[in-house]
Amino acid sequence: MSATEDTGAEKQAERQPGWIRRRWNAFRNLPLIRTALGPATTLSLAFLTLGGFFAGVVFWGGFNTVLEYTNRTEFCIGCHEMRANVFEELQGTIHAVNRSGVRAQCADCHVPHDWTHKMGRKMQASMEVWGHLFGTISTRELFLNHRRTMAEREWARMEANDSLQCRNCHTAEAMDLTKQNPRAAAAHERFLFTGERTCIQCHRGIAHRLPDMHGVPGWQ
Amino acid sequence: MRPVFLAGSILAVSLAAAGALFAQDAPRLRGPEPFSLDAPAPPMPRPITNDVRVRRNYPDQPPLIPHNVEGYALDLNANQCMTCHARRFTEQSQAPMISVTHYQDRDGTTLGGLAPRRYACLACHVPQTEARPLVENTFRDMDELAEPEQRTGARGRR
Repeated sequence: MSATEDTGAEKQAERQPGWIRRRWNAFRNLPLIRTALGPATTLSLAFLTLGGFFAGVVFWGGFNTVLEYTNRTEFCIGCHEMRANVFEELQGTIHAVNRSGVRAQCADCHVPHDWTHKMGRKMQASMEVWGHLFGTISTRELFLNHRRTMAEREWARMEANDSLQCRNCHTAEAMDLTKQNPRAAAAHERFLFTGERTCIQCHRGIAHRLPDMHGVPGWQ
Repeated sequence: MRPVFLAGSILAVSLAAAGALFAQDAPRLRGPEPFSLDAPAPPMPRPITNDVRVRRNYPDQPPLIPHNVEGYALDLNANQCMTCHARRFTEQSQAPMISVTHYQDRDGTTLGGLAPRRYACLACHVPQTEARPLVENTFRDMDELAEPEQRTGARGRR
């Protein structure tokens, strides 16, 4: 009984390819695709290679320009969620105003600087566009209710990459312990240099206000 | 006419005396004279951050904070002081533990954690700056008052 059914199926397969195969063949036979996959008939090899090279330069440059455009603080605070909450809180902190006038932009702490990690973060950040469109934190109250979740995400990120964004500017090698006050020097010697902790585990809420800290390790 | 003149001169002299008395209350703490003038703000004094414990002026004085607390979170969400000064974090921070009285409510009942009435640390404990006092401090330590009596054997004479 099963044998007859098997042969029937085989015959059908011989007669007509599967659905995916048929779709694929139809796609390959589209005029535009057939032209694209065929060899160049009128264009010279030099045009194709050099043109491809310059087109690549333009596309890559354009891509990176847009990427850097989205890394500017002005872009971040283009949404009212960022401007009215986190950007407002940043003002007056040591990362916004200080004696030497070096300022950290949003992306300096929230986007890794090297390309691979930056792309990963940018892809994750597309979720924030969703949040904006659906008003996840569209009011101050919603923002405050959601703050612990968002803070925990940032802490987890920082703990996972050993506070990479902090270390873009603050490196342990460049720290002069004699210039720090004894309390800070002792803490860095004990926890940072031994690798027991990473920056964010002690320095939470340095640029924005803290969420409800109940249950966060080191807090009570 | 004459009694009026007398009364007027008495009033003038007493007002002048009162003015002289007020003038002694220097330096002026209320800004420029007249008050409608704009005075430049004095520079912000530097905080004292040497981590050296300050002697208390009297036994019940809340200890002073010998470090900078600028930007420290102290609100409903978080109490950053307690990340070092709470009992269970003093080993890692080497900071002095908050007093045992801070674990008690006002009836003296010991609670599981920091008493809510003790939550606002900066209400009693304050950091210091290098600002010089505007008026001379004439406070005298309790021991200064008590010790001479002890030295002269006041107790024996009594």
